[in-house]
Amino acid sequence: MGDPALSRRGFLAASAAAGLGTTALTACGGDSDGGSSGTTTIEWWNISTTEPAKSVWAALARKFEAQNPKVKIKIVQQENDAYKSKMTALTSSGKLPDIFHTWGGGVLKQQVDAGLVEDLTDSTKPWGDALLPVAREPYLFDDKVYGIPFDIGMIGFWYNKALFEKAGISAPPTTWTGFLDAVRKLKSADVTPLALAGKEKWPGMYYWAYLAMRTAGADALQKAYDDKDFTGAPFVEAGEHLDELVGLQPFQKGFLGAAYSTPTGQAAAVGNGKAAMELMGQWAPVVQADAGKGLGKDLGFFPFPAVEGGKGAITEVFGGGGGHALRRGAPQAAVDFLKFFASEATDLELVKKTGVLPVVPAAESAIADPNIKAVQEQLKKTTGFQLYLDQAYAPAVGQEVNDSVAALIAGSKSPGQVAQSITRTAKEEQ
Amino acid sequence: MTSTFLPDKRTGPDAGLPPPAADRARSRARRRALNWLTATGFQLPALVLFMGLVLLPMLFALYAAFFRWGGFGMPSDYIGGENFTRLFQDEVFLGDLWRCLVLVVLSLVLQLPFALAMAVLLNQRMRGRAVYRMLFFAPYVLSEAITGVLFGMIFAPDDGFADQLLGRIGLEGLGGEWFADPSTVMATLFLVMTWKYFGFHMMLYLAGLQAVPKELTEAALIDGAGPWQRFRSVTLPLLAPTLRISVFLSVIGAIQLFDLVWVTTAGGPDHHSETMAVTMFQYGFKRYQVGYASAISVVMFGISLVFALVYQRFVLRRDLEGATTTMRGDGK
Repeated sequence: MGDPALSRRGFLAASAAAGLGTTALTACGGDSDGGSSGTTTIEWWNISTTEPAKSVWAALARKFEAQNPKVKIKIVQQENDAYKSKMTALTSSGKLPDIFHTWGGGVLKQQVDAGLVEDLTDSTKPWGDALLPVAREPYLFDDKVYGIPFDIGMIGFWYNKALFEKAGISAPPTTWTGFLDAVRKLKSADVTPLALAGKEKWPGMYYWAYLAMRTAGADALQKAYDDKDFTGAPFVEAGEHLDELVGLQPFQKGFLGAAYSTPTGQAAAVGNGKAAMELMGQWAPVVQADAGKGLGKDLGFFPFPAVEGGKGAITEVFGGGGGHALRRGAPQAAVDFLKFFASEATDLELVKKTGVLPVVPAAESAIADPNIKAVQEQLKKTTGFQLYLDQAYAPAVGQEVNDSVAALIAGSKSPGQVAQSITRTAKEEQ
Repeated sequence: MTSTFLPDKRTGPDAGLPPPAADRARSRARRRALNWLTATGFQLPALVLFMGLVLLPMLFALYAAFFRWGGFGMPSDYIGGENFTRLFQDEVFLGDLWRCLVLVVLSLVLQLPFALAMAVLLNQRMRGRAVYRMLFFAPYVLSEAITGVLFGMIFAPDDGFADQLLGRIGLEGLGGEWFADPSTVMATLFLVMTWKYFGFHMMLYLAGLQAVPKELTEAALIDGAGPWQRFRSVTLPLLAPTLRISVFLSVIGAIQLFDLVWVTTAGGPDHHSETMAVTMFQYGFKRYQVGYASAISVVMFGISLVFALVYQRFVLRRDLEGATTTMRGDGK
């Protein structure tokens, strides 16, 4: 008795255990019961924990309940990262919620392979097939539908029109050579061409992933992962192209230590007019205005340029969105809800109020922002698609891509070494 | 006391026959068992908590280190010592060990002597002594996360307070990219560590200095010893126990360094400020290679344990005399 160190440690340990206990308890909540008097309760797990999406989604659930008096919707919300780890636990226990958020890709495929996800191919005909093709992509496996999207987006270059003008660049580049030229022009006009969050690694990965898509084609990244082999010539070539860019020293001062959304980070550098471009998703304008001043009318968007002689086209898209899948055996009401959520009326509301990109083609009219419209134009023209690597790949492989590409940008790994380390990690997994 | 009635309670042909000596021995054994039981009973709640929340997880990490395991379900893919062989071929981990050594040496050579100098200074009679003491100790009270965010802003290249300040006083040449440059990141990190921790060690030394009897320094003064001699031959030897503890805490702290690094650089740029704990976190919670991360934690634990044991055995031995339970002097 009376050992303060021990009792303090015991207390800490006990509070940690209490935390774990709560997780374990709430993890058991994946069931739904057909309640009494013929009412069906469906559980809807989503990650819309922030406003305005949170209240808009809740209101939509109430609206659906009003239209379907026999159905009750129970919303369970988790913050992004917590949701991911919770779902991993639920997947291994074999019990998923009725309706759950999914990004599609490898994680959903794993759940499908485990027999936990409802095949929606027939039950969502024909309205499901009418949705924007690129948005449906992440949830299709062997031509079967396992999820319905509510959002879609893509990575591309966000640029400062005024700075481009200052450097004498008349139109956004469409080829890699043209892009490197633009970078050189910006440099000689004393403008920092690119902002990069080197500390966070994932923004740098976008360059390599896009270059690999342009040199090896849109399907190559997924195929290389499935074959556990990234050593093919186009992947090394992608690294060499990135090396060319890094050789021009295009990034802002101190980019290796920069974060993405902090006041001194990547988004702020562009938002404050200190750097001319960043390679980022459709959320970039919001973060630029949040972390910095925002560019307003000077902001423009162009797709990642094509690489001369590469197999990929400029119309192939690296991106992803959000969708919903159903657990296997979920009640019909859950399918009805998906239909309701992907209806034109709902999508118009989502686009207007929560700023997502439309998945129902007709809802496009609700887009007010010209930049988001530009992204939407690209998405409509899409001829090939690669999902974000952190969703498409196992975590270790995704992290290794980030890590090796960061090393390439910092100058400590060669393009060949990048291809080898990713291959080694891919082979270790499974 | 029980020996008087115990034999009477016994029935059978041998009742009352055993010699009193054996009888007493038996009752003593019984009493000892009872004492032991009582002690165990009181310790049980703490023991269960300690086992369940400290000991078992540690043993489990040791077990998991021999598996390829993603962290969900039970580990099943046994790979022997592969995680450990991989670990000692991993450039990042070997770099971690090197950086740990660098931090330990820098702490011992720069940070602690600096703290000692400040302590000696603030042990003099001077105006505002308490204010200085409080100011220097204040950073230690700040959480590591807040310290990290703060210095991340201060050392932002160009826009940060450090570069701005240096520019204003005409010393732009000294500014730089701080955390963002692989060649300066460790020095910057060490600077922040020193800012945060020297006050704590200074407080330890101050407490130690208070315990040095004035009579001894006065006697040395009368004997004609100069200030350096008084410090070197009287104060320092008497401060030795405090120094030894402070060195111990400093080394263990360097081995386990995590928060500050995670917030300021996340181990970057390009692993140049990564520590063992950061590498472990990367593998455990970003890559979900929990088996490999467990192997890292086992090695970290091993290093800390070996250091603690060796240090206690050879350096802290005199200081700990009587403070720890040993097998000696336990009675019969």
